[in-house]
Amino acid sequence: MGAYLFRRILYGILVLVGVNMITFGLFFFVNSPDDMARAQLGLKRVTPAAVEKWKVERGYDKPLFVNNAVQGFAKVNETIFYEKSIKLFAFEFGESDQGRNIGFDIANRMWPSLAVQLPAFMIGLPIYLSFALLMAFLRSTYVDIWGVLLCVLMMSISVMFYIIAGQYFFGKLWNLVPISGYDTGFDAIKFLALPILISVISGLGSNARWYRTIFLEEMSKDYVRTARAKGLPEHKVLFVHVLKNALIPILTGVVALIPMLFMGALITESFFGIPGLGSYTIDAITQQDFAIVRAMVFLGSVLYIIGLILTDISYTLVDPRVRLS
Amino acid sequence: MTHYRLDFLWSDYLVWSIVSAVIIYAWYVQKYPHLLSPWKLVVCNSRGMAAATVFLVFIVISCADSIHYRSELSVQDGKSVYSTELNSALDLILEPIKKNREKTYSAPFATHLFSKETVKNELGHDQRIFPRLRFGGTHLADPVADWLPDIFKKSLSGILMACVIWLFGFLVVLSVMSRLKKTPIKKLYASIWSDSSMSAFRAVCITIAIMLLIGVPLVYLASYYHVFGTDKVGQDVCYQALKSIRTGMVIGLLATIVTLPIAVLLGVMAGYLRGWVDDCIQYIYTTLSSIPSVLLIAASVLMMQVYIENHTELFPSAESRADIRLLALCVILGMTSWTGLCRLLRGESMRLRELEYIQAAHAFAVSDWRIMMQHILPNVMHIVIMALVMDFSGLVLAEAVLSYVGVGVDTSMMSFGTMINSARLEMAREPMVWWSLSVAFTFMLLLVLAANIFADAVREAFDPRLKAKVP
Repeated sequence: MGAYLFRRILYGILVLVGVNMITFGLFFFVNSPDDMARAQLGLKRVTPAAVEKWKVERGYDKPLFVNNAVQGFAKVNETIFYEKSIKLFAFEFGESDQGRNIGFDIANRMWPSLAVQLPAFMIGLPIYLSFALLMAFLRSTYVDIWGVLLCVLMMSISVMFYIIAGQYFFGKLWNLVPISGYDTGFDAIKFLALPILISVISGLGSNARWYRTIFLEEMSKDYVRTARAKGLPEHKVLFVHVLKNALIPILTGVVALIPMLFMGALITESFFGIPGLGSYTIDAITQQDFAIVRAMVFLGSVLYIIGLILTDISYTLVDPRVRLS
Repeated sequence: MTHYRLDFLWSDYLVWSIVSAVIIYAWYVQKYPHLLSPWKLVVCNSRGMAAATVFLVFIVISCADSIHYRSELSVQDGKSVYSTELNSALDLILEPIKKNREKTYSAPFATHLFSKETVKNELGHDQRIFPRLRFGGTHLADPVADWLPDIFKKSLSGILMACVIWLFGFLVVLSVMSRLKKTPIKKLYASIWSDSSMSAFRAVCITIAIMLLIGVPLVYLASYYHVFGTDKVGQDVCYQALKSIRTGMVIGLLATIVTLPIAVLLGVMAGYLRGWVDDCIQYIYTTLSSIPSVLLIAASVLMMQVYIENHTELFPSAESRADIRLLALCVILGMTSWTGLCRLLRGESMRLRELEYIQAAHAFAVSDWRIMMQHILPNVMHIVIMALVMDFSGLVLAEAVLSYVGVGVDTSMMSFGTMINSARLEMAREPMVWWSLSVAFTFMLLLVLAANIFADAVREAFDPRLKAKVP
């Protein structure tokens, strides 16, 4: 197990190197820093001096890989590749265009994101599971058929519709919660209630349907037929035997999502004005702050890889048949 | 008579090549019973066929919007000078509602503007009133009294027209069918409403009836009113929604198709060849899928934007720039979604390579390339078809989100995302401007729902695992 995990972590680092190469290629090869400076400064103010100033401010004035102007280690150290790419591995994200430390911002903005995502996840999962179980228990009845149709309908509605409708009804018409904003401590609850509710509702369709297929797949297996042949009542078959076994693929799939909760929900945070990582990302994209985008790409990949490794571990924990080697 | 010059955009060529590819595929499939049999299941699925009918309407609209032309303005020295405005066949059909712009917001079916304006009355005094619209409801002498009866009358005659059209079409189809099947019309008619084997046909008839009952009155009313209102600059919302359909369609279809060759080739190669090839390919798709898709898309789109801005000489007109941006968005979206398909194909090829017929091909010294192309590829095509139809709806929804974030299609290009994005700010107005948002969401819902239900029908027919489970 230990050796296997070590190998997985090494592989994860290799993937991160690949991610870094992709972002480095995207940001420095497809367009040169000069191109980016020109595009960001706008067409009118482009003078060679302004471009040069823009590059110096952001540290893009150095050579890409080898700096021949200096001696020793600095030859590799004082380059764009080292400053912008290698340093990410030490979680040194540098400074944003506003001159703020990106690492500090990320550490601060993580918590509001988690405050929305974690409750939504904890409330959502049991709801999705019980809805899926209900449909699977009453399969091929009208409850199941209309349930699936409802899921498809809910999947087909854009997240933005849920948010806008929620803000309109709960915020504007009924004045139950403020339309947007954020506060610290216990006051945050009134700001968080609606985003959490909407996250749960918007995920219902796709998740419940997916869990239903997993349940149905599990129900077509041999041990279920045996259980029925023994004369077990259907509810016992479903809630004891099937549920336990179906939870293996469901839980392991869910574990991969847990680290991603930190990244926040882009649209929800932006509409509700929650100062989390999701709105941070959107702001960075609209302001074309390349340093933040690079940092978020790296952070996202790190969390994804952690999720993959957690999935592997959880497999061995819930399913004794799986041996990692 | 004015002359026209066809002026296709890149995405037009791709749309038409997809249409022709689908036709060739259909012609190819009907020759082989084993390829035809799953499609027969799809055709017998009444829910799926009803969705397909709705979807077909969207396809026809976006095809009409994919024939671009420029009209001739004048002739100088024997050479024609063409307009800078690029129009499509859909613009030609919608010319009346496109041309009739109002000043600013007006509600659906309104006769007056949504906001008050200062106008001089007969006596020369300034007055704050809601002015009459330039176009909507101008045929009414007294808008307050005549408005409701007029709309009622027009929609009633629209409904009557719809009934006539439907009955006529129904009778034509019925007589053709009775000629082909050599059964008397009366018997055929009875079987349509009672026979379970005709349930899909019944569903299609009912869907067409509903669409006609809603559509015909709207089309009739659209020549007198702005049926879905107008937006901030007075543009008809109905026109915007119809133009947005093509953008959504192009993204939904092209994004998967553009990267399909890579996904199929890499997936089959990884599954069949195994070894270091497999390791490399697995590494590539793990790396790509480890980047959160929105960020990868955002980074790529930002970079592409910079590229287009710095190379304006390559893209002469604003339309071609917007079009290239749309295509690039498709490629980028495809890049983020091909990994899932690649993984599925790898797994399936890995399963297939252990089967006897592949072993036999090996024993006959068939080359690896030939085995992959001739023996494995045809047997994983059902996964490709399922992926094509199932990715569609997600991509259409993603477009709206990306446009909101600011990395979607060009702002000059009409799409559901840009419609929602510009209408979002109107939410705060009192009273609320609700129509742009609702129309954009309704059209998007119709498109995505039709695609989802059709995709389910296709999956039910093609997925062997689902087939085994049906008792």
